[in-house]
Amino acid sequence: MSYQKRVDGRKFDELRPIQAKAGVIERADGSAYFKIGDTVAYAAVYGPRELYPKFLQDPARGILRCNYNMMPFSGSGDRVRPGPNRRAKEISLVTEKSLTAATDLSQFPNSVVDVFIELPQTDAGSRCAGICAASIALADAGITMKDLVAAVSVGRVDDKLVVDLNYAEEAYEDGTVADIPIAMLPSSGEITLLQMDGTLTKEQLLEAFELVKKACLEINEVQRKALKEKYTLERNDTHE
Amino acid sequence: MNKDLKQHCARFSALGIRLDGRRFEEYRPVEVEYGISNSAEGSARVKIGTTEVLAGVKLSIEKPYPDAPEKGSLSVNVELLPLSNPKFESGPPGIDSIELARVVDRSIRESEAIDMEALCVKTGEKVWIVNIDICTLNDAGNLFDASALAALAALRDTRFPEYDEEKNAINYDKKTDRKLPVRNMPLSVTVLKLGNVLIVDPISEEESAADARLTVGSLDEDTMCALQKGGSAPLTSEEIGKMVEMGLKHGAFLRKHI
Amino acid sequence: MSELKVEERSIVVPGEILADGMEYLPTKGTYRDGNYIRASRLGLVSVDGKVLKLIPLTGKYFPKRGDVIIGKVIDIMLAGWRIDFNSAYSAMISLKDATTEFIERGADLTRYFNLGDYVIGKITNVTSQNLVDVTTKGPGFRKLVGGRVIEVESSKVPRIVGKQGSMISMIQTLTGCQILVGQNGWVWLQGEPRHEIIAIRTIKKVEQESHLSGLTDAVKAFIDEELKKVQ
Repeated sequence: MSYQKRVDGRKFDELRPIQAKAGVIERADGSAYFKIGDTVAYAAVYGPRELYPKFLQDPARGILRCNYNMMPFSGSGDRVRPGPNRRAKEISLVTEKSLTAATDLSQFPNSVVDVFIELPQTDAGSRCAGICAASIALADAGITMKDLVAAVSVGRVDDKLVVDLNYAEEAYEDGTVADIPIAMLPSSGEITLLQMDGTLTKEQLLEAFELVKKACLEINEVQRKALKEKYTLERNDTHE
Repeated sequence: MNKDLKQHCARFSALGIRLDGRRFEEYRPVEVEYGISNSAEGSARVKIGTTEVLAGVKLSIEKPYPDAPEKGSLSVNVELLPLSNPKFESGPPGIDSIELARVVDRSIRESEAIDMEALCVKTGEKVWIVNIDICTLNDAGNLFDASALAALAALRDTRFPEYDEEKNAINYDKKTDRKLPVRNMPLSVTVLKLGNVLIVDPISEEESAADARLTVGSLDEDTMCALQKGGSAPLTSEEIGKMVEMGLKHGAFLRKHI
Repeated sequence: MSELKVEERSIVVPGEILADGMEYLPTKGTYRDGNYIRASRLGLVSVDGKVLKLIPLTGKYFPKRGDVIIGKVIDIMLAGWRIDFNSAYSAMISLKDATTEFIERGADLTRYFNLGDYVIGKITNVTSQNLVDVTTKGPGFRKLVGGRVIEVESSKVPRIVGKQGSMISMIQTLTGCQILVGQNGWVWLQGEPRHEIIAIRTIKKVEQESHLSGLTDAVKAFIDEELKKVQ
């Protein structure tokens, strides 16, 4: 068997359509909306702010704390019970690590930056969408960071490497599937999130990295544009 | 704590205006958008000014309660997400979200907005359960009215998924044309007593300075379907009369957005 | 050859390349990455000869010694008051820094500042761990009675105040409101209610249009127009 044509007709290296917007939640210090295909993520950043209880504080730098949550109606099947489950906790952890690699909170010892990620609708790739939204929100909050983190999954469907799997591809039944969510600092190509479900050879993995790099640069463009739009808009309003 | 803010509000009230320049009975712009989540059976987004909430309906099939073998049932849950307000904390629902959920629930339940008998699949064995989840995105005041409106909009957006009776399996990917039987339009208007004036659609500062509130659930211009007094100051029956009148009147205004 | 990749005063985002080559010097808000200089936060590019820096457009207020700030009392302790002032940290007003009056041990501290009160004071010390001391002794420093506090981006405060306070005093004169601006982005104001609303709208306008030239005239015209509406 061979995977000849993608379920939704995309090219093998083609991302689903993306929309991004910065500054969507007025109360937050920074916020963003990120939609890729049918997966939608909101992110809000609060902080740096004082961290309690005190034993959690780091006197050398502020810490980043992420919380990934699917809204109860956002799953493709049954209602998702509210509150953290094991999956959400693990995703929160890897999200935190992937963003910490880009941020510099050394100016803010003992403090915390909270990142809340909420998904109202999902169709695979939700942790990556969450990371993309979160890094726009962090920049919108004025956090020091060396790059905007871009994230997308790459995978193997049968014999082909593809980027940005949707749910139908993850569930492909005529052959084996590997799903590899990856987050990257696009300017250096360094990888800050790497997980894999499925089976893969080392060669395939290295090939996948090349594919994902190009995709992350595309995502990075969209993230930059979203931020610039917000701050340019504020300027243009003024010319009336 | 809010003594100063309260006095400040009073200076504005004396001139017939509020902290943000609005009149006492003036809503911020209201927007309703349907179908904001395709993974829900029905969903909606409501904005009142910059306050924003999402509501989604999930349907499932379960065994009915023994005392109502032919009736489906309803469950309303509100998530005051920490993303929407720095004061909200992660964790199990606090008392504020429980109160909010119960007030929304009561309006829908007591107005008999959903035809529960039409949710029966097999008497005593299988009925549809309607789960409404309301999630706050930005809290700039008046989550009560925004939540009730979002819940109603989401219910009206709801279509049943395909159900295979033999396999007892729901195919959530396939929505049918059959709409959820929503018979009327319950929603709520919260009236605040702030010093010696009554206002609708409070912003956060007004909520923190308010003496008391009354949430008036109504299904049309004449009929109330839920009431909830909040805040620690007492209200006179005259005040309640006036608040109910305002609630019914502005309920009709909100209903036009559906 | 070194080359500048962006224009002066353009909006840049983290990771964006600002210059290529070793002749340029990265400072505040930028960093060197091999031959490149990149932005490390969101801001406006400022080029001074070969020196590159970013003027932040957003972000939490960072406390500096000597800044006048507005804070809110959030805790009363034995040694003084803890205040929130819109930064990553809270600050302390110790008993000896609160007032010129002698405060006796065991005195009722709420007589001076109570929970929820707003105060205006000056930062006297910021330690390496960002413990912040504030004094409310000195001319003009005090508890703020009545009025209300609004929030603006702390990076926009210099523009709202204007050269030698020109912008804020114009807004005060035209609207007749009392206005105090903290470097931390909290602004206290009190006035005739309709005029106070105009003053707030004006401050928000300056915040949004802070980068434009000729702002003073535009602001004056805006206030005149708004005042006509309420008369």
